[in-house]
Amino acid sequence: MASYTPTVSIDNPRTSTGGNGALPPDWGSAGDNFGSHFFDTRLRRARLGLVVGLTGIAMIFISFTSAYVVRQGLPTLDPRTNALLHDWFPVPLPRLLLLNTLVLLISSITMELARRQAARKACAQFSSMPGVSVDAKSEMSWLALTVVLGLSFLTGQWMAWRELAANGFYVASSPSSSFVYLLTGMHGIHLFGGVVALLSAGFASLLRRSADSQSILVDVTGWYWHFMALLWVYILCLLEFVH
Amino acid sequence: MAGGTGGGETIMATREFAAHEAHAHAAPQGFIRKWVFSLDHKVIGLQYYFLALTAVLVGMFLSLLMRIHLIWPNITLPLLGDIKPETYLTLVTMHGTIMVFFVLTTAPQGGFGNYFLPIQIGAADMAFPVLNMLSFWVTALAFIVMLGAFFVTGGAPLHGWTGYPPLSAVPTAGPGEGPGADMWVISIALFCIGALMSALNFITTTLDMRAKGMSMMRMPLTCWAWFITAILGLLAFGVLFSAGILLLLDRNAGTSFYVPLTVFSGQIVAHKGGSPLLWQHLFWFFGHPEVYIAILPAMGLCSQLVSVFSRKPIFGYKAMVYAMLSIGLLGFMVWGHHMFMSGMSPYSAFAFSIMTMAIGVPSAIKTFNWLGTLWGGRIRLASPMLFAIGFVSLFVSGGISGPFLAQPTLDIPLHDTAFVTGHFHLIMGVASIFGIFAATYYWFPKMFGRMMNESLARWHFWLTFVGTYCIFMPMHYAGMAGQPRRYSQFTELHYLEKLIPLNTFITFAAFVTISAQLIFIFNLFWSMKAGKKASDNPWEATTLEWTTATPPPHDNFGGHTPVVYNGPYEYGVPGAPRDYVMQTDPTTVAAH
Amino acid sequence: MGLVLLVVIWLITFISSYFFIAKTWWLPIGASAAAAGIDHHFATTYLVMGIVFVAAQVSLGYFAWKYRERPSAPPARYLHGNNMLEIVWTVLTAILFIGLNLMSSSIWASERFRSAEPGATQVEVTGMQFQWYFRYPGRDGKFGATRPELIDASAGGESALGLDATDPASKDDVVTGTMVVPVNREVELILRAQDVIHSFFIPNMRFKQDAVPGLAIHMHFTPITIGDWEVTCAELCGLGHYKMHGMLKVVSQEEFDKWLAAREAEKQ
Repeated sequence: MASYTPTVSIDNPRTSTGGNGALPPDWGSAGDNFGSHFFDTRLRRARLGLVVGLTGIAMIFISFTSAYVVRQGLPTLDPRTNALLHDWFPVPLPRLLLLNTLVLLISSITMELARRQAARKACAQFSSMPGVSVDAKSEMSWLALTVVLGLSFLTGQWMAWRELAANGFYVASSPSSSFVYLLTGMHGIHLFGGVVALLSAGFASLLRRSADSQSILVDVTGWYWHFMALLWVYILCLLEFVH
Repeated sequence: MAGGTGGGETIMATREFAAHEAHAHAAPQGFIRKWVFSLDHKVIGLQYYFLALTAVLVGMFLSLLMRIHLIWPNITLPLLGDIKPETYLTLVTMHGTIMVFFVLTTAPQGGFGNYFLPIQIGAADMAFPVLNMLSFWVTALAFIVMLGAFFVTGGAPLHGWTGYPPLSAVPTAGPGEGPGADMWVISIALFCIGALMSALNFITTTLDMRAKGMSMMRMPLTCWAWFITAILGLLAFGVLFSAGILLLLDRNAGTSFYVPLTVFSGQIVAHKGGSPLLWQHLFWFFGHPEVYIAILPAMGLCSQLVSVFSRKPIFGYKAMVYAMLSIGLLGFMVWGHHMFMSGMSPYSAFAFSIMTMAIGVPSAIKTFNWLGTLWGGRIRLASPMLFAIGFVSLFVSGGISGPFLAQPTLDIPLHDTAFVTGHFHLIMGVASIFGIFAATYYWFPKMFGRMMNESLARWHFWLTFVGTYCIFMPMHYAGMAGQPRRYSQFTELHYLEKLIPLNTFITFAAFVTISAQLIFIFNLFWSMKAGKKASDNPWEATTLEWTTATPPPHDNFGGHTPVVYNGPYEYGVPGAPRDYVMQTDPTTVAAH
Repeated sequence: MGLVLLVVIWLITFISSYFFIAKTWWLPIGASAAAAGIDHHFATTYLVMGIVFVAAQVSLGYFAWKYRERPSAPPARYLHGNNMLEIVWTVLTAILFIGLNLMSSSIWASERFRSAEPGATQVEVTGMQFQWYFRYPGRDGKFGATRPELIDASAGGESALGLDATDPASKDDVVTGTMVVPVNREVELILRAQDVIHSFFIPNMRFKQDAVPGLAIHMHFTPITIGDWEVTCAELCGLGHYKMHGMLKVVSQEEFDKWLAAREAEKQ
C-alpha cells in the first residue's frame, strides 16, 4: 500500500540501465568532462543498435537455412511414375571460394585494426595536451585497406559465379545451384552495404563529421564486418558440408 | 541555445558534441526539414498515422465493393463497371494486404509508438532519428508500389494476402498474377525493410534511453507493448523478407523453391521439385507473430485507458507484463495452426494445437485483469474509455472463436470458411482499429492542443461498435453452415443459397458502419482547427506525456530531464491530495 | 451512458448467443462416421466457450455500469492486484483450454494418424482449375501412369489427367466428374492437384483436405448415409474458385458395382 510521505527524498529510485538518460544537461552548466561521457553513451547506443539490427539480419539467413535444409530432404512427386524421388544434387563449389574466404578473413583483421585506429584518433581529441598529438599521416589507413579487401572479395565472388555459369550451373539449373547463388548473393549485398559504410566513414572529413562520430561509425561497421565474415564461413560450411 | 562555455576543459569534442546535440535538438527550419524529411519522432509518428489513414480509406473502399458484389454479382457500378470474379479476388487480396500491413502494422506502432514511446520514457527522441525518418519513407514507398500494382498490365494480384504459391508464383495462374504480383512482392519486401529499421529503433530506445527512475517495471504498459511488438517484428519480418525473395526468384529467375511441376490448361510450366508448403511455413512463421504485432499495442493502450478512466491502478501490472511476454514468445510456436489442412504432418498439427490453446491463457489473464481494473473503480466514460471497453468486448468475442479453430478436429469443417474471416476480423481487425480510435481520442489533445468533439465521438462509437458486430458476428454462423472464404458469389452451390439473406444483412451493416467512419474523419480534421482548447493534462493522467506542454516542444521536455519517482498507474492513492499522482511527483511516493 | 453500455453489450451477447443456441444457421447434416464425434465435440466446445463468452461480456457491461463515476460513488479501490487470484484463474484457464483440446485429440488421431483400412474404396481425386476429377483403379486395383505431356484439359476425363494409355494398368481406370462411392465402406482418397493448391471439402462428411501440387495425399472417411452431397473447393485457386464444385453420390454397394461396371464397359 502507498503512503503519503511529504518528503522530497527518493527511497531507492530504480534507475534505468540508461544511466542518466539521453538529454544533454541544461545549457550553461559548468563543463565537466562530459565530452567523453557522451561519446560513451553514443557508442554504447550505436553498438546496441547494431546488435539488434544483426539479430534481424540473422533471421533472414536463418530462414534461408531452414529453406535449404527442408528442400534438401524433400522428395518430389514424379508425375510420370507417381513415385517420390529425391532431386538434390549438390553443386561442386569453385575452389576460388576458398581464396575469397581467406581474403575476407584477412579483411576482418584489417577491419579490427581500422576500428582501433579510429578509436585512438577519437580518444586523442579528448586528451590532447600541448606538444603531444596524434600524427594521422604517418599511419597506414587500415580502413582503406579493408575497403580494398572487401571489394576484392566481392569481385572474387563475381568471378566464382562466372565459373559456375561456365560449368553450366545457373540460378535455376537445380535446387542446389539456386541456393548457392541465393546465399552468396544475399551475403554479398550485405557485405557491400558494409563497404559503403566504410567509404562513408573514410570520407568523414569531406562530410564534415567529427572524429568521434567517425570512430563510432567505424566501430559499428567493424563489428558488422566481423559478423559478415563469420556469416560467410557459416554459409560456406552449409553449402559444402550439409548435403 | 548557446554552447556550454563553463569552466573546466573546453575541449574540441565537447564543443563538437554540443554542436551536434544543438543541431539535433534545435528545431529544424524550412518546410522540407520540418515536415517532409523531419527527424523529429513526433512528426514521423504523424506521418505514419496519416499514411495509415490513407490506407484505411482505400482498404475500406475495397471492402465496400466486395460486399456489394457478393449480394449483387451482376451489378454495373458507375465509373468502375462490372466486377468480374477475378476483380473480386483482387479486391480481397489488396484489402487484406493493405489493411494488415499499412493500417494495423503502421498506425499503432509506427504512428502512436513513434510519437509517444520516447515521451513516455522521458527521452528527447528515438535512438536513431535518421533511421526513423528513413523507415517512414521506405514504408511510404512500399505503399506507393502496392497501389501501383493496380495500374500495371493485368492489374493487381488475386492470390489473397497470404499469397500461396503456385497461384502466386506462376504468372499464368490467373489475371493479375503477372507484373501486379511482382509489385505486390516488392512492396512487401520494402515494407519488411522499413519494419526492421523501425524495430531496431524501438528496441534500442526502450533499452537505452529511459530517464532516471524509469525502470522497466515503471514503464507504462503502452511502452511494454511497443517494445515487445518491436521484438516480434525484428524476429518475424526477416523471415517474410526471405520468403518474398524466394518467391521473386521463382517468378522471375526460373527457380523452383515453391513450385513443383505444374500444368495449367494443358501447358506444362517449367518448374520442378519445389514445395508449396515451404512458403506456408515461412509465411506463417512471420504471419502469426504479425497478428500479435497488430494487437499488442492496442492491448497496452487498453490497459492504460482502463486504469486512467477507472481512476485505479491497473490490476496486476506484473502479470500484464508477463502475459504480453508469453504471448510474444508463444506467438512464434503456433504458426502451424494455419496449416492443419495443408498436408503437413498430423503429428505436428497436434503439437501446434496444444501450443495454440496455451497462448489463449495469457490472453485470458489480460482480460481478467482489465475486468479487475474496472471492478471497484470510478469509471469516467469519456470517448477513449468507450473505445477501450469496446476493445475488451471485441477481444473477448474474437478470442472465444479461437479455441474452435485451434482444435484440428473442429478446424476440419471450419478451415477456410467465413468462420475464420469473422474470427480474425473481430479480434485483429476491429479490436485493433478500436485501439487506434481510442488512441486518437486520447492523445489528440496532446498532439494538437485541442479536444475532439465528444458528441460526434459518441455517435462514432455506437455506430461502429454495433455495426462491426452486425458485420462480423453473422460470419461465424455462415462459416459453420459451410460458406467458404474468398468466394466471389454464392450462386453456384446449392447449399449456400439459404445464406444469402444473412450475407445481405452483413452488406447493409457494412454500408452503415463504413458511413459512420465519416463522422470520425470529419471530427479529426475539424477538431484540429476548431476543437475546444485542451489543457496540458485534460484526462488527469499520470504518465510523462501529460507533464509536457501541449503540443510537446521539439525536445519533448523543454530542456529539462524528467526524473521518475512513481509507477505509471498511481490513481486513487489514499491520503494523496488528488486522485492521481504523476510519475514525476516526488512528494507522494508510493511503495511501487 | 453506463447503462446504455450495459444494455448494448448484454443485447449483443444475448442476441448472438440466441442464434447459436437456436442453431438458426448450423453445421449441415452429418453423413459420415466421423461426423457424430466431431459434432459432439463441437457442442462441448460451444457450451464451454459460450459460458465464458457470456460471463465475460455480462461482467464487462455490468462493471461499466455499476462502477461509473457519480457523486454518490465511493472512491476507487486502490489495489494493484491479487497474486492468488492470478494464479487461480491462470491454472483454471489452462486446464480448461488444454483439456478441451485433449478431448478432441482422439478423433484427430483416428482420422489422421492411421492409414485407410484394406478393402477401402480407392478414389484418386485430382483438382485443377476449376474442376475435380475422380479416378477409380478398376479391377486390377492399380492406378495407371499419368504423364504431364499427355494432359489435354479441354478434352476432359482421361485426357485431363494425362492418362497414359500404353500402361496396362490404365486400361481399366475409370475417370469421372462425379464421385460415386458405396455406403458404409471406408473410402480412401488420394488427393492430387495439377496446377495450384485446391482443397477438397465435403461439408456433410466433415471432410476437408488440401490438394497440393507435387504431393499425393492419402486420407480417408466413411460415408454412412445414402444421398447426394455437394463438394466444394476450400482453398483459393484462381478466378473460378467460387464455381469449382462437384457432387458426391453415396449409393448402395450393389448400385456402386453396377455403376462402375457400366463405366468400365463404356471404355471398351
